[in-house]
Amino acid sequence: MNNNSLVSIFDYSKEEIIEVLELASEFEKNPNQDLLKGQVVASLFFEPSTRTRLSFETAIQRLGGRIVGFSDASSSSVKKGESLKDTIKMVDNYCDLIVMRHPIEGSARYASEVAKVPVINAGDGANQHPTQTMLDLYTIYQTQGTLENLNITLVGDLKYGRTVHSLVMALSMFNPTFHFIAPKELEMPKGYKLYLEDKGIKYFEHTEMEGVIDNADILYMTRVQRERFADPLEYEKVKNVYILNNAMLDTTKDNLRILHPLPRVNEIAVDVDDNPKAYYFQQALNGVFARQAIICKSLNLKK
Amino acid sequence: MVKDKELQVRAIKNGTVIDHIPDNQLFKVIKVLGLQKIDNMITFGRGYESGKFGKKAIIKIADKFLEDEDINKLSMVAPAAKINIIKDFSVVEKKVVQVPDEVKGIVRCVNPMCITNHEAIPTKFKVVNKENISLKCHYCEKITDNENMRIVED
Repeated sequence: MNNNSLVSIFDYSKEEIIEVLELASEFEKNPNQDLLKGQVVASLFFEPSTRTRLSFETAIQRLGGRIVGFSDASSSSVKKGESLKDTIKMVDNYCDLIVMRHPIEGSARYASEVAKVPVINAGDGANQHPTQTMLDLYTIYQTQGTLENLNITLVGDLKYGRTVHSLVMALSMFNPTFHFIAPKELEMPKGYKLYLEDKGIKYFEHTEMEGVIDNADILYMTRVQRERFADPLEYEKVKNVYILNNAMLDTTKDNLRILHPLPRVNEIAVDVDDNPKAYYFQQALNGVFARQAIICKSLNLKK
Repeated sequence: MVKDKELQVRAIKNGTVIDHIPDNQLFKVIKVLGLQKIDNMITFGRGYESGKFGKKAIIKIADKFLEDEDINKLSMVAPAAKINIIKDFSVVEKKVVQVPDEVKGIVRCVNPMCITNHEAIPTKFKVVNKENISLKCHYCEKITDNENMRIVED
């Protein structure tokens, strides 16, 4: 197994996270560098994900690398019944790095054990999406100047939100105070709360946004989906409770920034977009810099 | 001394006795240890009265001395089993089952979306709770606990 792979956010130590964030900030200043000249990166998207794929491909292109791969399993040998192992072993021969998104959980971990080149997990089912976490951390670092001792408020679907879980786990290394705002049906699962308690990290749970967001440094919004509710009437009751609009921001801190993993539907009202605190589009752009940093670390490329 | 057991299950001269297997786990123990594949003389029985544990099963394997690694596999199916190493009809060593830190094979991952349930990959788990056996899958990171534990079919 190649130890330069990134499959789960916990593959990085706290020091490594900081190292990658510092590298990302250098790429933000200077995103076009020929560090990947002569290198081929395989972009294997076994399920479609335009946003993540384009972000990765932009990162690679701006570093002067070339890309091979596919954006959908139906256009690959997988359709002929080829196993993941065989697909990875084949691609391993052609490239210097694999970036992979796959609907089956554990697929990236397995690929990282089969391939000789490093594997970067671009999402394995409902399991990990570490590059999203890194871009979220970079955005927080960039806007707050630090990751330490922040008030991090997360809103919406905290039960099924893969990005939320990963972000909470990663930030727990930096002495945060968490505020979780969610309907009862979608509250933060017990396992994560126990983890925080074990680490002595303070968290508070709320079912409404009113009053809670005024002390936040970071407000991380996520979508509350109808499909997640066993009882559609419950969804109807709560669907408008977790919506952020511009008026709500009047009493928030100046350094507050609003993040969202996107796509957003109605949970952030359009009138928020022009507020300087709205940061979700820059967050998406940060994805390119964060991924450039991760790629360079995986390939041991020094600047 | 094994006097009352000798009335029901024949003593072995040299080998391993696994006693206090929960009655309904006998065949899982056989499967976990791969006993159906070896050539040794094996005697086993079930439905014996076991006092505080209800009914129990016993396995006696002649001329095989189970290593700790194999014994610890029993932690998934018969954690309270008692192992006696027999030489010349006498018990020369008593062993207990220790829950290992890692489990390879033996148990299926409970997650239907785990890669181990889609491709020919042996399962691998980290034991995250030794009292109430909880296994964290090395691949998909989900927890398989006692309730959901299924032994891998061969």
